[in-house]
Amino acid sequence: MNNEILVIDDELQIRKLLQITLESHGYNILQAATAKEGLVLASQKNPDLILLDLGLPDQNGHLTLRNLREWSSTPLIILSVQDKEEDIIRALDNGANDYLVKPFRTGELLARIRTALRDVNREENNQVVSYKDFELDLGSQILKVNGNLVPLTQTQYALLVLFTRYEGRVMTHQFILREIWGDQFLDQLQYLRVFVAQLRKKIHQDKPGTTHISTVSGIGYRFVGQE
Amino acid sequence: MREKKFTTGLTINRSMEYLISAGCICAVSGICFLLSGYIGPEGSAFILLLVLSLIAMFFDILPVLLAATLSALIWDYFFLLPRFNFRVGNTEDKIMLSMYFLIALINAVLTTKIRQIEKLARQKEERLETVRLYNTLLNSLSHEFRTPLSTIIAASDNLMMVPSHLNEEMKGSLVTEISIASLRLNRQVENLLNMSRLESGFLEIKKNWCNLTELVESVFLRVQESAKNHHLESKIPDNFPLFNLDYGLMEQVLYNLSHNVSQYTPENSTVLISASTDGSSLHLLVEDDGPGFPEEEIPFVFDKFYRLKHSKSGGTGLGLSIVKGFIHAHRGQIELENRKEGGARFRIKIPSEQLYTTLDEKHEQRNSGH
Repeated sequence: MNNEILVIDDELQIRKLLQITLESHGYNILQAATAKEGLVLASQKNPDLILLDLGLPDQNGHLTLRNLREWSSTPLIILSVQDKEEDIIRALDNGANDYLVKPFRTGELLARIRTALRDVNREENNQVVSYKDFELDLGSQILKVNGNLVPLTQTQYALLVLFTRYEGRVMTHQFILREIWGDQFLDQLQYLRVFVAQLRKKIHQDKPGTTHISTVSGIGYRFVGQE
Repeated sequence: MREKKFTTGLTINRSMEYLISAGCICAVSGICFLLSGYIGPEGSAFILLLVLSLIAMFFDILPVLLAATLSALIWDYFFLLPRFNFRVGNTEDKIMLSMYFLIALINAVLTTKIRQIEKLARQKEERLETVRLYNTLLNSLSHEFRTPLSTIIAASDNLMMVPSHLNEEMKGSLVTEISIASLRLNRQVENLLNMSRLESGFLEIKKNWCNLTELVESVFLRVQESAKNHHLESKIPDNFPLFNLDYGLMEQVLYNLSHNVSQYTPENSTVLISASTDGSSLHLLVEDDGPGFPEEEIPFVFDKFYRLKHSKSGGTGLGLSIVKGFIHAHRGQIELENRKEGGARFRIKIPSEQLYTTLDEKHEQRNSGH
């Protein structure tokens, strides 16, 4: 069955464009031009994914997002012209799965949609997370890169597990610091920088251009698995 | 508080002006008083008038009037016979005192007027300069926006035509042109937004610990699209410390510089970004092996809207001035030179705290898994 995507955006042109793009890739589209319409459609039709614009005429998008998250855990991607770090971090903290700044590339949008949908369909009891060039065994806590065993420290291991669990999603610096080091380390970005550098070295074995852990400037990191 | 600029660049506020003018008059009167054995009351009057004229050259009319009144009183009290009271003996002295006060007044009023005229002339010149900048901006913007827009409109018109006279290959290349044009528009909008952030003074710099390897990697990832036929290389020492910088701004700096190289050097040229430190500052070099810059134009390349005389069309002349603005926001410096072996070299120096990562793996317990 085709996945259904709800587009909430007041610009007709953008909705049209998204409709063509998404329908041609096999998704069904629902459209809403206001926050109110969007919330109604989201509750009635229960779509598989929501694309939400922050600049809606009847309500601030951040508020719409918070309203939605009170009763819905549907994957949600923000599409906005706002590129300020504060806005992005706020949206992610309020429960958005991802954030794309307009203008965006179609390929990028499709990739993010696939990732967000995969989150829902993922089987949680996977024992081994494996990618093209490495695999991580969650049971025995062993990392193999191209078949070779690579030792990890406890923190490195915890960080890599976190990355793979939220594969494809942007994780803010604060989120990662809280998850790995705890609340009192929220402003200690230097720890994160160091461990990410170590982890990258181990996973990539100094092969540039194959980065699994990509930097999202001023916001955080995104772990890219397959693509 | 109202402020005004000295020609020397010193800034002095109003109350300081009152203090300084009164102070000058008192100090000079004191000197004249000590010398009163050698110079008569008339001599002192001339000296005081000279000081007054000097004060009038720099300060507003009110402080000057204060100084005029003060000096007239001092002169009357300490120098004019009979000394040490405000009485004026004979008619000649009365005339002298009123003449003194009058000359002081005229002095103050005239110099103020001259200064006003000067100010007006300066404002007019500044307005002309603004108009000139505005025109340059309009010209380069209308070019930079209309060229890609024309491409997009013309290409999509062609695609929409019924019946279509295009084969699949033609359609493909029209679509590619639309894509290139819109990316170019997007880049210009970004440049303009950055410029207005700089100009408005609202540029906030948010420093945090940055890993240079990570920074350069994300720059290369972004610039790849426009630099498909260029080699991107970086040289960053092992165990390089973290630096306290604004990640986003620095990314834009290195992006603009490498994008520039990709636009103005022949295919297969190399962009090399290297980093080093002297303990208190981060040094970055962005080099290429292209044709370099004409020596006589190097002093102007960071100016807003400046374009090289014989450069290919395209570009607004904003990229490098944004680079300079962002570096200055970090209290750093940037210089451009031509390399001896050919090509250009941008040298960046930014004072920054640095953090050597003492988080050595060996201090951490090995994972229990093995």
